[in-house]
Amino acid sequence: MAEVALTLSGVAVAFGALRAVDGVDLSIPAGQRRAIIGPNGAGKTTLFNAITGVVPPTEGRVVFEGHDITNLPPHKRAALGIARTFQITNLFPSLSVEENMVLALRGLSPQKFSLFGSPDLSTADQDRISRALRLAGLADRSATVVTEMAYGDQRQLEIALALVATPRMLLLDEPAAGLSPSERSIVADVIRGLPQELTVILIEHDMDLALGLVDYVTCLHEGRLLVEALPADIRTDARVQEVYLGKPHHA
Amino acid sequence: MSGVSRSKSPMGALVVLAILAVGVIAPFFLSRYQIGLATQILIFGMLAMSIDILVGFTGRTSLGHGAIFGASTYVVLYCVTQSGLSPYLAVLLGIATATVLAAIFALLAVRTNGVYFLLLTLALGMIVWGICLRWTQVTGGENGLRGDIRPKALSDYKDFYWFILALAALVTFGIRRFVQSPFGLTLRGIRDSDSRMRSLGYNVPLHLFIGFTMSGFFAGVAGAFYAFFNNFVSPSTVALTQSVESLLMAIIGGVGTLYGSFIGASALIALQNLVSSHTERWQSVLGITFTLIMIFAPEGIVGKFRALREKYANKH
Repeated sequence: MAEVALTLSGVAVAFGALRAVDGVDLSIPAGQRRAIIGPNGAGKTTLFNAITGVVPPTEGRVVFEGHDITNLPPHKRAALGIARTFQITNLFPSLSVEENMVLALRGLSPQKFSLFGSPDLSTADQDRISRALRLAGLADRSATVVTEMAYGDQRQLEIALALVATPRMLLLDEPAAGLSPSERSIVADVIRGLPQELTVILIEHDMDLALGLVDYVTCLHEGRLLVEALPADIRTDARVQEVYLGKPHHA
Repeated sequence: MSGVSRSKSPMGALVVLAILAVGVIAPFFLSRYQIGLATQILIFGMLAMSIDILVGFTGRTSLGHGAIFGASTYVVLYCVTQSGLSPYLAVLLGIATATVLAAIFALLAVRTNGVYFLLLTLALGMIVWGICLRWTQVTGGENGLRGDIRPKALSDYKDFYWFILALAALVTFGIRRFVQSPFGLTLRGIRDSDSRMRSLGYNVPLHLFIGFTMSGFFAGVAGAFYAFFNNFVSPSTVALTQSVESLLMAIIGGVGTLYGSFIGASALIALQNLVSSHTERWQSVLGITFTLIMIFAPEGIVGKFRALREKYANKH
């Protein structure tokens, strides 16, 4: 079996009496594409927040590539190679695409502390930025200010930001949320084009989109792990159908 | 709220040089009183610009900068009049004090934002004001500290004006360089989204700490030379009014524009002096003026000008 990238053991996140995530065990091999699905309120985004450190788990342990990251703040997890996108577009709206990318690129470089240095980019940085923009389908947009971009392009920039620093694990939180069918297929192509060695965890509401993109599927329900299966088997799983698709209508 | 334009257009550089040239020859056409006002505008313009680093480029509104500025003024006057130090050494000590004070403010304030940041910096400034008012043996209490401390080389009012003009040009260059640097970009990133900055690997409180401390350093530079200008300091220099007025200057000029700070300082100081010579109700006139500016040009004078220019450029 391949090396394990991420292990969750007994992870729980409680907000008062509400246990949004309730004792989840999860193990994701390096390089795997994993979808986390489940109906509204299943705890998908809360689980993401526990993995990225936005909301530290109240119980259990999170281990990433051998490091116990359970109590690390988000910026230290990013330093280990964990990148994420946000369900609700979270960019730097008043900055240009290029400035967004520069911030994403320098998050882990000491250059971010250059107090009076020149703002000009090195050619190497420029190349990395244009490569990530190309991967995300946004070539030639670097001068555009984010507020002037179409929503679909902003979603692609979400992914480009997470990619440019070459993370080891990428968490995509509903990357296609609110997109039209044609925009969805662009985002799906972007996800398919991600480097093979990158571990990807994808939350997605749209089953058709999610199942076509991943190697393995985890279904959550009411904060608990319900089923783990191959994409081909998940559609036919009775428990998943019941909580996620509703009871099947027999012809 | 966009950043300083990075375009290196020869036009922009020419405008800056032209304004600087007007500043250099101005004393030949102005009265002693007017030159004094111009000097004051430059000093408070620097203070307003230091606040703009936070308000315009970091999205954090400080109401404690008057205290940081005034602490520097106090230290300079105290060192020269009470300890007999050289005024140049006193300036360095004043700036150092302001920087350390800003670092203390920053340590307490960086984990907050919005109205909490505002209130915390306000409260910290009030503490400084309270100390200056009550610690009579050192600060002179309500009487303040007085003394002719300006060094001989700068004793002529015109020479002093040119010196402050050069200093303001240097400080403006420094702040501009600072907000455009890779670090300055991280401040603008925090202004736009601190959760995204965290997920990209930035230690947001550390960046805010550095940004606030640097801003305090520049406020301290302005405060130290204000001691040379005024030869007097009292609790009103560190009072809330000082913080509010300099914040107003930054806002009237246009936050996030840097140069707007000098426009805002000119507007406020000119109005104060012009209107108060005509009517005792000058504060009401000021209040109405600023209300009108906030309604019709909330982006400030320079901000409004830039917006109009952009609109014009798009039409043609």
